[in-house]
Amino acid sequence: MPDFLLALTRRQFVQGIAATALAGAAFRPRVLAAADAFDLTIGTMPVNITGRQRVANVVNGSLPAPLLTWREGEPVRIRVRNTLAEPTSIHWHGVIVPSAMDGVPGLSFPGIAPGEIFEYAFTPRQSGTYWYHSHSGFQEQLGLYGPLVILPREPEAPVAERDYVVMLSDWTDSNPARVLAKLKKEPDYYNYRQPTVGDFLRDARARGFSAALAESRAWGEMRMNRSDLADVGSSTYTYLMNGLSPAANWTGLFNPGERVRLRFVNAAAMTYFEVRLPGLEFTVIAADGQPVEPVSVEEFRIGPAETYDVVVTPKGDSAYTIFAQSADRGGYARGTLAPRTGLSAAVPATDRPVLLGLGDMGHGEHGDHGAHAGHAGHAMGGFQPRHAPAESGAGLDMRADAPRLALDDPGVGLRDNGRRVLTYAQLRSAFPDPDGREPARTIELHLTGHMGRYRWSFDGVRASEAAPVELVQGERLRFVLVNDTMMEHPVHLHGLWSDLEDEAGRFLVRKHTLSLRPGQYLRFRVLADALGRWALHCHLLLHMETGMFREVRVLEAPHA
Amino acid sequence: MRRLALAWLLCLPAARAAEAHPHMADDPLVWMLEVEELEHRRDGGAGDLHWDVVGWIGYDDNRLALRSEGERETGGPAENQLELLWWRPLSAWWDLVAGARYDSGPLDDRAYLAVGVQGLAPQWLHVEATGYLGDRGDWGVRLQADYDWLFTQRLVLAARAEGEWWSDSDDRLARGSGESAATLGLRLRYEIRREFAPYLGLEWKRSLGDSADLVRAAGDDVDSHRWVAGVGFWF
Repeated sequence: MPDFLLALTRRQFVQGIAATALAGAAFRPRVLAAADAFDLTIGTMPVNITGRQRVANVVNGSLPAPLLTWREGEPVRIRVRNTLAEPTSIHWHGVIVPSAMDGVPGLSFPGIAPGEIFEYAFTPRQSGTYWYHSHSGFQEQLGLYGPLVILPREPEAPVAERDYVVMLSDWTDSNPARVLAKLKKEPDYYNYRQPTVGDFLRDARARGFSAALAESRAWGEMRMNRSDLADVGSSTYTYLMNGLSPAANWTGLFNPGERVRLRFVNAAAMTYFEVRLPGLEFTVIAADGQPVEPVSVEEFRIGPAETYDVVVTPKGDSAYTIFAQSADRGGYARGTLAPRTGLSAAVPATDRPVLLGLGDMGHGEHGDHGAHAGHAGHAMGGFQPRHAPAESGAGLDMRADAPRLALDDPGVGLRDNGRRVLTYAQLRSAFPDPDGREPARTIELHLTGHMGRYRWSFDGVRASEAAPVELVQGERLRFVLVNDTMMEHPVHLHGLWSDLEDEAGRFLVRKHTLSLRPGQYLRFRVLADALGRWALHCHLLLHMETGMFREVRVLEAPHA
Repeated sequence: MRRLALAWLLCLPAARAAEAHPHMADDPLVWMLEVEELEHRRDGGAGDLHWDVVGWIGYDDNRLALRSEGERETGGPAENQLELLWWRPLSAWWDLVAGARYDSGPLDDRAYLAVGVQGLAPQWLHVEATGYLGDRGDWGVRLQADYDWLFTQRLVLAARAEGEWWSDSDDRLARGSGESAATLGLRLRYEIRREFAPYLGLEWKRSLGDSADLVRAAGDDVDSHRWVAGVGFWF
């Protein structure tokens, strides 16, 4: 990473108004408690998050949607009524359900037409923190998401006296279809952190003119914008915690001495968050709903659709700020843990914005600029990516010819920041490989796209032109994902768990959404135990909507 | 014509987006109308109004594009070059354009076939190169390159170099349009919004070849410069 940093020239992000139409400062998610039948009504609702009235898409008049609580092994029925003027859907993110109940229009079912009721019925066979959201159009960006907690079959000794969902999301007053249109017309429309002439001169002063020029020319040669950390950022987004803007300050209460479990869910359409709680450390106990061996960190990065359960133990009688800065460092979601309502703690400044380094691009030859020394064992000599024939032409602006695994790399902007930052290498499922068999075959898929044309795909083929990936029921196989773009992508496989492998190819951690940095590859094992048609896609909403989506079909094994 | 063009676009394979499978609707119809330059030019005389407009509508792999460049002397008639082009990406950074150009002005109108490439060259140079074949056998080439220096996130110095070369044709020169010339412009703009940026600038022009002879014959300077003030905006 080059040492110079951008001046903070973006416009101040909108912090929102203190009193929203939704709730007061002590807002807690509405809870539809453990029951076997739920009635959800999807509709519109006026909201005022930034001072301007807009219309959100909501469930039962709540943004986020109500917290659903289920119990492992107990059947649930959810009646979803659509009062919108367009089709809708609900997908139970991370919950393994029959294909017809998965809620993806076009794959699971036709969707829920206006005025219709669809009844979901299944039995959850897992426990933990999950979430649910619309899988139709831009409804997720408009507020159609909510938390979901599945209690374990047998009550467990509580890990904490307090238990809160912390749902992070991004809100724009703009119509999401217009946001996409802006990106199609001007891909850097929302990026107010681009390198300037002044940045170049500062870099030249710091590192010498020729070094600065060489780096600038290398990026110019690639025609890649090294400040491109978020397609849509704080110039339009207000970041929410449990539906509340930073000014509205969501607050969770505790009594001194109590342990607090925070169930972080990133329900944002396009935003990675970097989360910390100054003064306290997190003990991470679950990732994507599944228990992990507890690991103690001070900060974690969470991609869209990922979840982390953490336990904190506030000391004394004071308030603490839950601080989730957007990865472009332009804004944040914020809330408070406090012994009494009305208290708040200092809100830290966002970290300074960073630029991608040449070493982040997975091209190999540029080296790492020293910033990542010590994370050995994943660079040269190992994995050779196989680019598909369609990975050329107008739909791609980059290919990573020397992608790195680097599970222990916290990622751009978080390396050596003075805090202990969670990495995938530290996540270990609290259970052994649930399957145990060695994968019998490997499917390699590359994340591809062109930022300038704003088109996204797998292996250079957009969703509408791609054949499904076919799996055979019962097989244990390995997926290798290679990120051939300069964006970070959270990849979600529906219906089947993604069992991430470590550097030696051993089972590491079970997840439903795996995030890949630019120039990174990941290997994960999949047990194709669920028949049907499933989605595999980038969970950045606008990437999915412009083609980074594949159908995965699990077919019946041919009879011998 | 417009309705015909739209009908044509809607028949393109990219419009296959099936309602039944919303995730296959990954190639939306997009359009853009960008007034790159709308400016008053002043070179000592009364000055003139100049415009440079581009627009397009379509999908990722097929678009209908429009380019219009022209000027109107204060109190005088307008001259306009209008190009209607089919646009298609060729590679990661380059696009093909092909279509027709129609010049209108105080003298008789002229039509050309147009073929060109446009794209992003290394080091962030936006390039347009177009060749023209006229209905009277004359031909020409136009090159344009743009580069932006960001002083801040909103204050941008835009450089544009433009060159136009035309085959020998007294007929064309007599008409006074399609002259051979090289132009260099510097425009300092301030993006109040991304979509709206007023600017001030300076433009140098040098007439070339036959055009230069014609300019000399008229007793004018082959080199000239003028101040410009204008606004760029897009939808």
